[in-house]
Amino acid sequence: MTEVASHPLRFYGEGIAYLKKVDTKGTLIVVEGPDGAGRSTQIEMITSKLEADGHAVITTGLKRSELIGAGILEAKHKLPLGKKTLALFYAADFADQLEHKVIPALHAGYVVLADRYIYTLMARSSVRGIGRAWSHDLFGFAIKPDLVFYLDVPPVELFHRTFQKYGVLDYYESGADIGLSDDLFESFVLYQKGIAREFRLMEAKYGIVRVDGSRPVPEVNAELQKRIDAYLGGLRG
Amino acid sequence: MKKGRGTEGSRLRKKGKLIVVEGIDGSGKTTQLHLLDQWLRSVGVSVFLTEWNSSDVVKEITSKGKKKALLTPTTFSLLHATDFADRYERNISPLLEAGYFVLADRYSYTAFARDIVRGCNPAWVRKVYSFAVVPDVAFYFRVPPDVGMARILEGRPKLKYYEAGMDLNLSNDEYESYRIFQSRIVDQYESMVRKDGLVVIDGTLDIEEQQELMRSRVRRLMPRSEVLQEPAIA
Repeated sequence: MTEVASHPLRFYGEGIAYLKKVDTKGTLIVVEGPDGAGRSTQIEMITSKLEADGHAVITTGLKRSELIGAGILEAKHKLPLGKKTLALFYAADFADQLEHKVIPALHAGYVVLADRYIYTLMARSSVRGIGRAWSHDLFGFAIKPDLVFYLDVPPVELFHRTFQKYGVLDYYESGADIGLSDDLFESFVLYQKGIAREFRLMEAKYGIVRVDGSRPVPEVNAELQKRIDAYLGGLRG
Repeated sequence: MKKGRGTEGSRLRKKGKLIVVEGIDGSGKTTQLHLLDQWLRSVGVSVFLTEWNSSDVVKEITSKGKKKALLTPTTFSLLHATDFADRYERNISPLLEAGYFVLADRYSYTAFARDIVRGCNPAWVRKVYSFAVVPDVAFYFRVPPDVGMARILEGRPKLKYYEAGMDLNLSNDEYESYRIFQSRIVDQYESMVRKDGLVVIDGTLDIEEQQELMRSRVRRLMPRSEVLQEPAIA
C-alpha cells in the first residue's frame, strides 16, 4: 500500500488556534442517522472490512468521552436542562473527544469512523428552536470529515425497530422534552420527521450523502463500502 | 452599550436590569457586588445574584475534569459556557423578564478574557456567547495584577492549577505563572473597556468610595420611587 501524503486538517470555522499538530494522514468517515437506523451494525461491518484491508480503524461517537459522557446522562435524569445548556454540554463532550481522540488518530493515520457527528447535534438543536447559524458557529472548531453518510429510515419504521429492540422509546429521541404531542407515537414520528428535515437542509452545505437505510443490512453495507473504497482508493492514486 | 451580535439575546423581553461586575481575582468586585446587593434589597428592589461557574448541574463534571487536568482550552471554554447557559436559561433570562435586578459576579466578558488568553479564537468565543443579553451596566474593577495577586495570596496561599493558568505552560513556578496569566487577562479587559463599554472603577480606591461610584451609576437604572426612598450611605 502506498503512503498517503499528510495534509492540514480542514475546519468548519475558526479551527483550533492553539493546536500544534494540525496535519492528518488519516480519514474521517461519519455515519449519521437516527437511533434504529443501523449505524452501529454498519460501523462494525465497515470496521471489519477496513481492518481486513489493512487499515488501522478507530471508532468514536457522541457522549462517549471519559470526561463528560457520564455527566450528560446524570444531568438528563436529575433535572431537565435548557436547550442551549444541552447544546453546549454536547459540544463540550464533542470537543473533548475531537481533541483527545479524533485528531491524534487522524494525525497517526487512522481511519476514524464516527458514530454521529456535529450534524445530529445541530439537527437536535434546530428542532428545539436554536438558530442554525449559532449552531454552525458553535462548531467552528470541528474538522470537516472526508465522508459523511446519513442513513435515512422513515420515522414509522424507526418506531417499530426501536420498540422491537428496546421495548421503550428514548425520552429525547422522541422529542418528549419539547411537547410536540401527548401521544408518544405521534411525538416520536413528528420529532424524527423534524430531524430528517434538518438533515435534508444540511445535505448540500455539509456534503452529506443520503443512503436509503430501510433496505436490508447487506445492501446498505454494499453501498457504503463501495463509496468508502472508492474514496480511499482515490487517495492512493 | 453596544448591542451584541446575538439575535437570541435581543429577543428577550427584558423588564429588569442586568448589572455585571468584572475584574481579575482580588480586584474587589465580589465585595462591591455584595454591598450593592444589600443596598438594593434595603430599598425594596427584587434582586437575584448569580456567580460565575456555579451551576450545580455542571459543577461536578467540570471539577472532575479540572482535577485530572485534562481539559483543553476549547473544552474548558465550552464547559464554562454550559454553566453560563444553565444559569442564563434557568435564572437570568426569566428573572429579567419578570423585572428583577440581576446581579452577575462575572459574565461573558470573563469568558472573552480567559478563553482568549488560553488560545481560543476571539471571534468564536463571542459567537458562542451571542445568545446572552447585553448588560445595562458592566463594571470593570481595575487593579494592577500585583495588587490583585497580593490580596488573593494573603488569605489563601495555595493556588489551584487552572486558576494559576498552569495549563498554559507559562512558567513551572505557579506564582510566576499566575502573575503572567493575570497580566494577560488584564490586557484583555483593558481592550474591552472601549469595545464593550465597560464602566471602569478604580479598584485601589477605598471600598466606600468605590461603592458610592457604583450606586450613583445604578441609581440611573432604578424606578423613581425607589430612588426617593434611598437611605444615605453609611
